[in-house]
Amino acid sequence: MSSLRVTTIRSEEVKKLLRLERFPHIWCPGCGIGTVVKCYAEAVLKSGIPEEKHVVISGIGCAARAPGYLKLDGLHVLHGRPIPVAVGLKSVKPDLEVTVISGDGDILTIGGNHFIHAIRRNDDINVILINNFIYGMTGGQYGATTPLGAITTTSPYGFIEGSFNVPYLAAALGANFVARWTPLHTKELVDAILKMFKVDGFAIVEIVSPCLIYGEMNNLPPLEMLKLLKERVVIDHEADLSKIDIDLRDPKKPIVVGNFVNRVKPSYQTRYMEIIKKARGGK
Amino acid sequence: MAERISLLEAVEKKEALLEPGVYFMQGNIASVEAALIAGCRFYAGYPITPSNEIAEHMSRRLPQVGGVFIQFEDEIASIMALIGAAYGGVKSMTATSGPGFSLMQEGIGCAFMIEAPIVIVDVQRGGPSTGLPTLVGQGDIMQAKWGSHGDYEIVAYLPSSVQEMFDLTIEAFNAAWEYRVPVIVLTDQRVGQMIEKIEVPPYEEIKIVVRRKPEVPPEEYLPFDSRYLVPPMAAAGEGYRFHVTCLTHDDRGYPTTSHNISRKLVSRLVAKIRENEKVIGRYESYLADDAELIIIAYGITSRAARRAVKEARREGLKVGLFRPITAWPFPYWGLKEHVDRGAELLVVEINMGQIVRVIREYYNNITKIHFMPWAPGEVPRPSDILLKIKEVYPR
Repeated sequence: MSSLRVTTIRSEEVKKLLRLERFPHIWCPGCGIGTVVKCYAEAVLKSGIPEEKHVVISGIGCAARAPGYLKLDGLHVLHGRPIPVAVGLKSVKPDLEVTVISGDGDILTIGGNHFIHAIRRNDDINVILINNFIYGMTGGQYGATTPLGAITTTSPYGFIEGSFNVPYLAAALGANFVARWTPLHTKELVDAILKMFKVDGFAIVEIVSPCLIYGEMNNLPPLEMLKLLKERVVIDHEADLSKIDIDLRDPKKPIVVGNFVNRVKPSYQTRYMEIIKKARGGK
Repeated sequence: MAERISLLEAVEKKEALLEPGVYFMQGNIASVEAALIAGCRFYAGYPITPSNEIAEHMSRRLPQVGGVFIQFEDEIASIMALIGAAYGGVKSMTATSGPGFSLMQEGIGCAFMIEAPIVIVDVQRGGPSTGLPTLVGQGDIMQAKWGSHGDYEIVAYLPSSVQEMFDLTIEAFNAAWEYRVPVIVLTDQRVGQMIEKIEVPPYEEIKIVVRRKPEVPPEEYLPFDSRYLVPPMAAAGEGYRFHVTCLTHDDRGYPTTSHNISRKLVSRLVAKIRENEKVIGRYESYLADDAELIIIAYGITSRAARRAVKEARREGLKVGLFRPITAWPFPYWGLKEHVDRGAELLVVEINMGQIVRVIREYYNNITKIHFMPWAPGEVPRPSDILLKIKEVYPR
């Protein structure tokens, strides 16, 4: 477990990337999303890519409100559909650095089909997936990452479906870059996002994040959740991804984080350049 | 990374575009060639009969002009990808048929709300549901108008020939980029898959609408500037740093729950089309001036109806044809003079009653409105329509 780090980007600089006129933001006290937004903003500033070439896209949910607070080109679209919007934009404007910031419900549950196929195609986009284990905005229903046994407003007797192991899923599908961090790992998260910007192809980081709504129903208020993360997080870049599913109930099970996958495989958009050349007779 | 061929360059040079001249061509293919001439450089779609020739031809032709084709996992992703491309400032299109069109409805609403110009070709087949994938239908007229939730207006063209597949696809792109709205080319299996003669006019005779760009510095730019009926549109990466959302939003693109802003936004969005209905709406009349009975038919049905009108005339019956070229806005005004002088109306369409409802909305209790429903799967023959003409002809 890493301790708190001092980052090189000052808060004042990050503030310039925020739409401060929209504050206060909608997120609950203790929510992890704000920290992720700050890390993303820091990464944008450090990226060396002009700010106006960064585009941030989201669907619906708490995390999906992130683009609304960032002074970048931003599209806040339908529930579950930020990935295809990002793919459409990136395909016609390859000079843009297109990042999706959204939640587990948006990207993995309703948007699961787009998630798997964008990874299969290896679309050149970045996905920052904030996993808070629940539908916070709609009041606490279960989703595709809700842990077994969890109490939600639609699983009042405990959740029985089973949940996605996000890095394992993304790696199995062939994602070029796969990472998992928590809001406690701000430096590592900034570094992971910077790596994602460099990847030609699908890059994803899952952020295991505290949620007031989830915490209220499962005796795990945000502060307790952060303590739990602090106690149980293990950094292991070489982890066996099949074994890093998250079980919040089992105090002996570590929450494994790290930059798990970083491979080179040309993206759809890069491969399509070859198609264009071929179609134009090698011109 | 390889260098991308400039899209603009290809458009300017009209490189690899179909040259002016006379061709023998399929309707679906003509729509693709028209789209490329209109400047379409992105296609996203999912296979569905009877629209597949459009995707297939696009996959071959788009890279030739420096554009991008993607076959997506479903129609939902396809329509959303068009919105992404549109916000990249690039003209984009998809094609589908009834079931896929249903899946696109939420995205069409999103495009309307976020003011993304996109074009959808719906090659209608027989329904309901999976219905008759390979056979004709005209059952999506109301889906095009009301398929998405909330209040919105749509533009939908009704081509009745391969020539119109070409002409109206270009018009669809023009309307989309003029008004920043989703536009439908509402064709049918027969018109889409028939092969006939078309003429591609000289390029200088083809009007092409391009994106109206902002003229203010970025700090003054409002993506939904309500001082305009249709606000100028910045594309991503141009430095305007816009935020846009499908939530109800103010001029800055920020979400709001203010009823006053909701009223202003929805009023402006529908006004874009309603105030221009007579600019967008189009129709054609045939032998209607002295007709005592006017047939209303569109798409492939209008061609059978035209023949029926000729035959009825030969038998001394004063029958004419009114062919809407846009389903939405519906060109109701084109019928008024005929109804005012007492002409009766007969609607023929390949469904159980869709456009007839619009005719009733405007002309019920003003004249007699007859209706000939026709189940999907076949086009009514001219003789079928002639029988109906004789049954209802005013005496």
